[in-house]
Amino acid sequence: MSTTRERAGKRPDYISVEGLSKHFGDGGDGVLALKSIDCHIEEGSFVTIVGPSGCGKSTLLRILAGLLDHSIGRVMLDGQPIDGTRRDVGVVFQSSILLPWRTILENVMLPAEVLGLPMKPARERAMQLLHMVRLEGFEHKLPRQLSGGMQQRASIARALLHDPKILLMDEPFGALDAMTRERMNLELQRIWMESGKTVVLITHSIPEAVFLGDRVFVMSPRPGTLERVLPIDLPRPRAMDVMSHPTFAAASASIRERFSHAASFD
Amino acid sequence: MTTAMLSTTESQAASDESSASLAVRRPLRRANPLASTRVQSILLLVALLGSWEAAVRFFKVPKHLVPPVSDIVVALWRGLATGPLAKDGFWYHGGVTVAEIVLGFIVGSGIGLAIGIVVSQMPRVEALLEPYVAALQSVPKVAVAPIIVVWLGFGIGSKVVIICLLTFFPVLVTSIAGFKAVDPDRIDLLRSLSATQWQIFRKAKFPSALPYIFAGLNMAAAFSVVGAVVGEFVGAQAGLGVLILQMEAQADTGGSFAVCVVLSVIGIVLTALLRRIQRSVLHWMPADTSQRTVNV
Repeated sequence: MSTTRERAGKRPDYISVEGLSKHFGDGGDGVLALKSIDCHIEEGSFVTIVGPSGCGKSTLLRILAGLLDHSIGRVMLDGQPIDGTRRDVGVVFQSSILLPWRTILENVMLPAEVLGLPMKPARERAMQLLHMVRLEGFEHKLPRQLSGGMQQRASIARALLHDPKILLMDEPFGALDAMTRERMNLELQRIWMESGKTVVLITHSIPEAVFLGDRVFVMSPRPGTLERVLPIDLPRPRAMDVMSHPTFAAASASIRERFSHAASFD
Repeated sequence: MTTAMLSTTESQAASDESSASLAVRRPLRRANPLASTRVQSILLLVALLGSWEAAVRFFKVPKHLVPPVSDIVVALWRGLATGPLAKDGFWYHGGVTVAEIVLGFIVGSGIGLAIGIVVSQMPRVEALLEPYVAALQSVPKVAVAPIIVVWLGFGIGSKVVIICLLTFFPVLVTSIAGFKAVDPDRIDLLRSLSATQWQIFRKAKFPSALPYIFAGLNMAAAFSVVGAVVGEFVGAQAGLGVLILQMEAQADTGGSFAVCVVLSVIGIVLTALLRRIQRSVLHWMPADTSQRTVNV
C-alpha cells in the first residue's frame, strides 16, 4: 500500500535526536553507552533498531521513553524536549513485567487506572486487545498461570490500552517461539497500519528488523553509535513470503555484513 | 474422619491436575503421604502423653515437680469451667492476656510498618538509621521489661508497650527489606505510564513488599505472646502469667502446666488467624512460596 516515501504530510522530525551521548558513572570510571547519535523519526513510521548486545539500543529507547536522562545532546518529541515520561508513549519491555497479584485483565487495565481513564470503555478496549493478542478466556488468570509468550502478549495489550501515539518496544518478541513471533510480527504490522502510530522497535533479529521496519537503524557497540540507516522499500502490508524478495535478502545481507566483523552478535 | 479428609485432598489434587495444562510452575501435590504423616503425628502425641502419665505414676515423681497428664487435664477443666469474670479462672486472665497481645501486636507492628514505609521512601534517612536499627534489633527487649513496668505500672499499658517493643523491630526490618527488594522493572513500568509517586507506591511497591511484611508479622505474632507473659511475670494484677506465678506459689504445678497449654492454644490460634489473612492477601503466590517467606 504505502511505503515510507508515500507517507507525506507527516512530520519528518516527529522524534528528533541530535548529538545524543549518554555516559554512565563518574569521570574516568564511567562507561560511554551512546556516542553522538543523530536521527529523525517521521510521524507514523516504523523504525527498527538492530545491533549487537551492549550497543546501547536499550539505553536509547529508555531515553526516548523519558525513563533515563541523557548526558549531552538534544532529544525532541513532537517539537518538545523530552523531560520525563509522557502519556502518549507506550512502552513494551524486554520482559513482560506483569504484576503477579493482578489478573491478566487487571494488568492490561493498569494504564487506565494510572492515567485516570474512564473504566468502562477501558475495560471494553482491554477485552478487545486481549482478543487481538489471542488471550480471550485468560482474562481472569494470574500471570504465573500463563506461558512466557502469553505473558508477553498480555504486556503488548497493556502498552496499547491507552492508545499511545508512540510505541517503544524493547525486544518484545525475544522470548517467543518462532511461530508465535511471526504471527506477532504480522499482528504488530496490522495494528501499526490501522492506527498510524509511530513505532520504534528494538530487536536482535535481522529478519524481524527488515520485515517490520520502514527504516532499520543499525547500531555498533562500545560506545554505541548509529552506524547506518537502511530504508526498506518493500510494499505494505508485508506477508511472510516477502522474506524471499530480493530487496529483503539484499537488506538482510547488507546488515549482516555490517556485523561480520563484530563477533559478539547474538 | 481421616478418610473424608483424605478424599477431599485427593479431589483437590484431581481438580488441580485438570487445570495443570495452564499452570506452568505449579508443583505436583501428593495427597497420601501428607495424610498418613498427620495420622502418625497424632499417634506420636498420644504415645508421648501416655508414657508421661505412666512414667510419673511408676516412678512416683512428686506432683509439684512433674504432675501426671491427668492432673493437667483436671486443672485445665477446672480453669475453663469458670465464669468470664472469676478471678481464679482461665477466661478472665486469658482475656486480659489476649487483649494485651492483640493491642500490643497491632500497635507495635503498625508503628513498625509505618516507619518502615516512610524510611524506605527516603534512601538517605534509611542509610542514616540502618546501623541503629541493626544495633537496637540485637538488644534483648525483654531486659527492659522491669523498667517499663516501673514507668507504666502494673496495668495492661506496660504489657502493651513491652509487646510493642518486641513486635516493632521484626516488622520494621522486614518491611525495609521488602521495599528494597522491589523489582525495579515494576517501578519502571509504572514510571513509563507517568504514574505519581503515590501510584507507584500503591500499585507496585507495597504489594511487592507484602510477602516480606508478612514474614515480619509472623515473627511479631510469636514474640507478642512471649512479651505478654514476660510482662506479667515482672509485675501485673491479671493475666495468665500472673496465674502461673500464683499457682507455682501454691506448688500447683499441674495448674501451671494447664495455663501453659492455654497460652500455647492462644499462640496457635493467633498464628493460624494470621496465616489465614496472609493466604487471602497473598492469594496470588503459589502455596509453597507464600509459606517459605516466613523464613525470610
